[in-house]
Amino acid sequence: MQIHDTPALKAEARNLNFYYSEKQALKGINMPIYDKKVTALIGPSGCGKSTYLRSFNRMHDLYPGNRYEGEIRFFPDNTNLLSPDVDPIEVRMRIGMVFQKPNPFPKTIFENVAYGLRVRGENNKRTLDDKVEHALKGAAIWDEVKDRLQDMAPNLSGGQQQRLCIARALATDPELLLFDEPTSALDPIATGAIEELVHELKKRVTILIVTHNMQQAARVSDYTAYMYLGEMIEFGKTDQIFIKPNDKRTEDYITGRMG
Amino acid sequence: MKPLTTEQIRAVIAKGKFRDNLFKAVGVFCLAFALLVIVALIADMLIKGSERFTLDFFLNFASRRATQAGILSAWVGSLLVMLVTALAAVPLGVAAGLYLEEYAKRNWITNIIEINITNLAAVPSIVYGLLALGIFVYQFGFGQSILSAGLTLALLILPIIIVATREAIRAIPAMIREGSMAVGATRWQTCRYHIVPYAMPGILTGVIIGLARAIGETAPIITIGALTFIAFLPPVPFSEIDGGATAGMFDWVMSPFTVMPIQIFNWTSRPDPAFEVNAAAAGFVLMAMVLSMNAVAIYLRYKMRKNIKW
Ligand SMILES: Nc1ncnc2c1ncn2[C@@H]1O[C@H](COP(=O)(O)OP(=O)(O)OP(=O)(O)O)[C@@H](O)[C@H]1O
Ligand SMILES: [Mg+2]
Repeated sequence: MQIHDTPALKAEARNLNFYYSEKQALKGINMPIYDKKVTALIGPSGCGKSTYLRSFNRMHDLYPGNRYEGEIRFFPDNTNLLSPDVDPIEVRMRIGMVFQKPNPFPKTIFENVAYGLRVRGENNKRTLDDKVEHALKGAAIWDEVKDRLQDMAPNLSGGQQQRLCIARALATDPELLLFDEPTSALDPIATGAIEELVHELKKRVTILIVTHNMQQAARVSDYTAYMYLGEMIEFGKTDQIFIKPNDKRTEDYITGRMG
Repeated sequence: MKPLTTEQIRAVIAKGKFRDNLFKAVGVFCLAFALLVIVALIADMLIKGSERFTLDFFLNFASRRATQAGILSAWVGSLLVMLVTALAAVPLGVAAGLYLEEYAKRNWITNIIEINITNLAAVPSIVYGLLALGIFVYQFGFGQSILSAGLTLALLILPIIIVATREAIRAIPAMIREGSMAVGATRWQTCRYHIVPYAMPGILTGVIIGLARAIGETAPIITIGALTFIAFLPPVPFSEIDGGATAGMFDWVMSPFTVMPIQIFNWTSRPDPAFEVNAAAAGFVLMAMVLSMNAVAIYLRYKMRKNIKW
């Protein structure tokens, strides 16, 4: 691996520890997130993938007792996302998130996508129309919903709901998109659509995706990180992790001997 | 262990089914009993009071003669007191519930507040009457007015509304809240666009249950000194009052008043049995008011819930 094909950094975890009150869920994590690349997080259930992902947009701040140590540096401005001086709302304005279970608001399709813009004070009808259309196209769902933007979002199918949630996150032009097992509630066809979308999106945005599905990690990601019991065991190019892992534990997990 | 034979499996199922049916029978009986009591009560009042169901009964003031006595001042009073109660209790209760669920940190202060609210719901209503007599009637100088009564009943139903608001908010899945916060919304934006609208059906139910309770309350209203015999209505805003002056927008809140339960109580305590007819008829009207409030609540909740699902 030569230096010159190492892409720019978008974010970097440095010595990250995380505690749910007394329980430590992340242990000294160091890991780069490369700009405009897809990074997959894999590891057995309960190893801390979601916990790690939710540290990036300070989701843990919503609940009392949670505590971070260490840093997540965010580039190009080199902000420490976890610093108490940094407003979590500002962080969430720059980093979008798509959840495991589709969670559209019980509002219209249009309002779901427009919400992030409204929160930013955008109320101009034309601007909203444009951006909503753009986001829905970006999430590859425009053709399916363009004639029913005023329908209630929860009436969509599961796969459509998840793409709507992606559109909601895209509408505000995030720099980093977090996906927490976005296809675990979907059938293979909807899953295929989302995977294609992730592939398409990385032209514009950096993506960090948690998945339980090894094939999915291999298909969509450029880099893969293997986590185990709150620790980062191995990080590398996806090809290398899947073909020739350095750590025995990674190999065991990937080949299905554990987890 | 040997597997059960088909006969044995059937015996087990039959036993289970027998218990199913037994419980069903007991349940239906209990339900029928409760329904019967209500229907009997309503029917009794309806039959006893039947000769009073004329337009005059609704348009006449109280009178010394039973056949001419009506409930005009009582039903108008009840409606106006409910209006004040709702205007005071709903914003306060919803704001308090929202604060406790969405903003307050969990610590010993909020724990004490929580215990207090639960206790508040158990305070006998007469105690609220005593409190209101001291504070609203004398301290604030509101007198024996619609305002005093409305605020008293507002205090009384505040815990109901707070609890209903909190339950409704708690029923909203965390993933909706997270979805909103994840795009960069503040707590307030999350409350305004999501929490309050989605909790609204539940809040509304609480409000109506509270108002239905308040409209039947007698003790605290007597304590603050509602009149039992009143032959005038509160001034209509901007109408002419004696002496040629014009009533102000809110003059009515300071007016003396009576309410339905007091009117009924007053009639039942008269020696002339003819007044029992009035009492029964008024009781039926009060029941109808409560039931129609419930009906409105159920309808609104149904309408609003239709569009809220996750
Ligand atoms: N709110 C919480 N409070 C306390 N402990 C928690 C909480 N959430 C998660 N944990 C614990 O932290 C550890 C990591 O959980 P996390 O949800 O990050 O795992 P995960 O890798 O995402 O698992 P899965 O693949 O099943 O989603 C687990 O041991 C879990 O029990
Ligand atoms: Mg998880």
